[in-house]
Amino acid sequence: MKSSQQRAFRHDAVTKVTGQAKYTDDYTFHGMLHAVPVYSGYVHAENLRLDTAEAASMPGVVRIITAGDVSGSIRFGQIEQDYCMFAEHRIHFAGDVTALVVAETRAQALAAAEKVQVDADPLPAVTDPGEALAEGAPKLRELSESNLVNHHRVRRGDARAEIERCDLVLEEEFTTQFVEHAYMEPEAAVCVPRFDGVIEVYGSMQHPYSTRRFTAALLGEPLANVEVYQPPMGGGFGGKDDTAAVVCARAALAARLLNRPVKLTYAREWSMRESYKRHPYRMRYRLGYEKSGRLRAAVVDILGDSGAYLSVTPWVNWRSTAQCCGPYSVEHVHADVRSAATNNPVGGAMRGFGAPQVNFAVEQLSDMAAEQLGMDPLEYRRLNMVKQGGETVTGQVLDTHTVSMEEVMNRTAEEIGFREKLARCSRGTAEGDELYGIGLAISYRGSSLGAEGMDFCSAVINGQFDGSILLETAIHENGQGAESVMMLILSDELGVDMKRIRYKRPSTSNIPDGGTTVATRGTIMGGGAVVSAAGQLKELLASNLADDLGCTAGDVTFHDDCIWGKNDGEHLTWDEAMQRLHFKRVYPYAFGTFQAPEVSWDEETGQGDAYFTYVYSCQAVELTVSRKSGKVTLQNIVAAHDIGRAINKAMILGQMYGGIAQGAGMALMEEFQVDRGQIRSLNLDTYKIPKAKDLPEITGIIVENPDPQSPSGAKGIGEPALELIAPAIANAVYNATGIRFRRLPITIDPEELQ
Amino acid sequence: MSDSITVNGREYLLGEEELELTLLEYLRERLELTGTKYGCGVGACGSCTVLIDGAARKSCVLPVRKAAGREVTTIEGLRQPDGTLHPVQQAFIDAGAIQCGYCTPGMVLAAVSLLRRKPSPSRDEIRKALSGNLCRCTGYQQIVDAVERVDGWMGG
Repeated sequence: MKSSQQRAFRHDAVTKVTGQAKYTDDYTFHGMLHAVPVYSGYVHAENLRLDTAEAASMPGVVRIITAGDVSGSIRFGQIEQDYCMFAEHRIHFAGDVTALVVAETRAQALAAAEKVQVDADPLPAVTDPGEALAEGAPKLRELSESNLVNHHRVRRGDARAEIERCDLVLEEEFTTQFVEHAYMEPEAAVCVPRFDGVIEVYGSMQHPYSTRRFTAALLGEPLANVEVYQPPMGGGFGGKDDTAAVVCARAALAARLLNRPVKLTYAREWSMRESYKRHPYRMRYRLGYEKSGRLRAAVVDILGDSGAYLSVTPWVNWRSTAQCCGPYSVEHVHADVRSAATNNPVGGAMRGFGAPQVNFAVEQLSDMAAEQLGMDPLEYRRLNMVKQGGETVTGQVLDTHTVSMEEVMNRTAEEIGFREKLARCSRGTAEGDELYGIGLAISYRGSSLGAEGMDFCSAVINGQFDGSILLETAIHENGQGAESVMMLILSDELGVDMKRIRYKRPSTSNIPDGGTTVATRGTIMGGGAVVSAAGQLKELLASNLADDLGCTAGDVTFHDDCIWGKNDGEHLTWDEAMQRLHFKRVYPYAFGTFQAPEVSWDEETGQGDAYFTYVYSCQAVELTVSRKSGKVTLQNIVAAHDIGRAINKAMILGQMYGGIAQGAGMALMEEFQVDRGQIRSLNLDTYKIPKAKDLPEITGIIVENPDPQSPSGAKGIGEPALELIAPAIANAVYNATGIRFRRLPITIDPEELQ
Repeated sequence: MSDSITVNGREYLLGEEELELTLLEYLRERLELTGTKYGCGVGACGSCTVLIDGAARKSCVLPVRKAAGREVTTIEGLRQPDGTLHPVQQAFIDAGAIQCGYCTPGMVLAAVSLLRRKPSPSRDEIRKALSGNLCRCTGYQQIVDAVERVDGWMGG
């Protein structure tokens, strides 16, 4: 069905389309001060010296905050506390913040920030992860003797011996680039000291609870002293965790020290300078095949650039490890996935999280192998892909959900007419200027955090005696429509009209920490908690109203906005039911939790049940390449994803389209430029992301195989949508030009096409 | 004689200091019309788009003095006086064209400007006309759907 025929539900649509929705920078408080960060100009340096005297004497300046003003813990980090929120002695990359200038107006703060003198003794910068691991390389990390930040492995069978016995061996190297999230709203925070001593934080961040953790740590105060609110957020895509939380923490420190509200809104240039990026990868694959086309052995060596700090690099690398061979069953695997510290921007979380890189390699290799083996690319994939009851490269048996890898591939190939069109590809020769190609890629993606972290979430249903219902969950609205999905799930579960339900966006002082809204876990984890809370509420209502309905609690059912007994037509409207509860002095209130099913991982062998379920995806693209200019024009894209159960179809399609757009940007145009550690891409005029005219019409196919381990049946779509269009494009470019591009973004020199 | 500017039908006198601001700063900080967003400050993203005499312009790179004497419409001024949504606003909601919403005000105004010039644009024409406005969430598909479905609206 065409997306325009799908009805969309969003509870925030009217305020967003009328400009009424208040984002962080739209908030103003009486007596509010403005803060501006100061950078150093250095890439790697020690003996940092600041002279703030001149800046402090500038008009309107209230205070200049530096490392010396921090009484709490100056270091933060989700895994290792290696990142100083204010640089103390050493500069590790061009985005380190040395001071915060606070003034009565933003213009005054900006003027004074120019006058802060920063000096330091430069150290040699290392900007290549390979060099960082070479013997004699400068020591880059303060908390470790080694520049190696992690090393994950898969040891399955005996790949290095088996590959020598294979009929065909492919050996290829692929590289990917730094990618900027480019959320439309840069980081922002407004922090307000409250009458009772609590600091209120309004911030553009995707994880209120980690924001609270870092803020409380910087202030040296307990968690309960910081209350983080969630204004609408202008996009995140994984990018509003660490940096965005630190922006909030710095503003909170200023508000605490000055006892006045402080606003810290980032200019785009500061956001791009300081925020973390998608990790660049260098990937070496040796894959061995039998004559039959069976992929038998894989030797994989991946090196990522972690940049100046650790951030979540080990987790990103872990997903790359667990999914290192794409959605294929391989008997013998020897994989090493490492990252090194450098003086580059920090590599961190970004939608896709270590999967887009490996898919770029693996799915090109699938086409290369099929060609060498004389096989149809769909047949090759069908032969090797994970199947119902089959094993992943980590030894996980896929038997708890429907393995629909073939189904999504077939649906995509059929919709786009893959076979017929593949035969028409130009392969470098054409009458006119335009070379035509079609390409396809498949992937599977472990849902939620997997063995990477503690995975649980909660929801509160607070029924009101007038029949209206308040819902809260610990899932964050990143702009994707998470809250609307939670409301739809609740409406389904209670059988009540949507009009009854209001989503109450919680602060960190209400509902418990439910983890960050990442890893495509919002719908599955938050939805699971909503289903659990709804189940409890229904039990409570049934036991209290069974007598009124003339039946036992077990016979009570919930649908059509009423509560029904066993006998025909015996029912209470929801409003009547709530009134009766009031007279019985019973609260229609429930607190539900959902814990992700058990997963497992052996760090030495890389074997285990990495994720409790998987999303299966296929995307295909038609494109043309101009022989004159080398320009790639996308003509048509089809995507099919098995997301378990569809809850808000128009929003699922929106995730597909948006993920594909970001993936297409990564494939063809985006490259965050860093020159020996100095950041060159500082705004959206030089860092280009796809515009409406750069993208083709996209057809999204929603495949539904409800997941038995997900209480709502739903899995998720955020990240799967982004992770495989780049290799599909690379395969299509090959089918158009006859040339393989092993580096992202794909840039074609027209001379190669003559 | 002092300069003035008309915003959403209301006339405002402009002081010396205000003439030095960008139109974006003036709208957000002086008039508290925060529906117009900052995204880049260099005219690259279109989050700050407003209508000036009916045509879409980027307010972050436009000095207030250049808008003096002209009529500015921001997203707050697009609704009918009785609160009814503008047909383009309604179409964005119906097509599921809204995600984070940060680009939405600018995108809606760019679409209004297009439809005033050309009431029934093709999908290609819509894509070209909206290419000064970046969106990182939607892939533009449902935005194009929205503008396409604003059928029979002849401007105004």
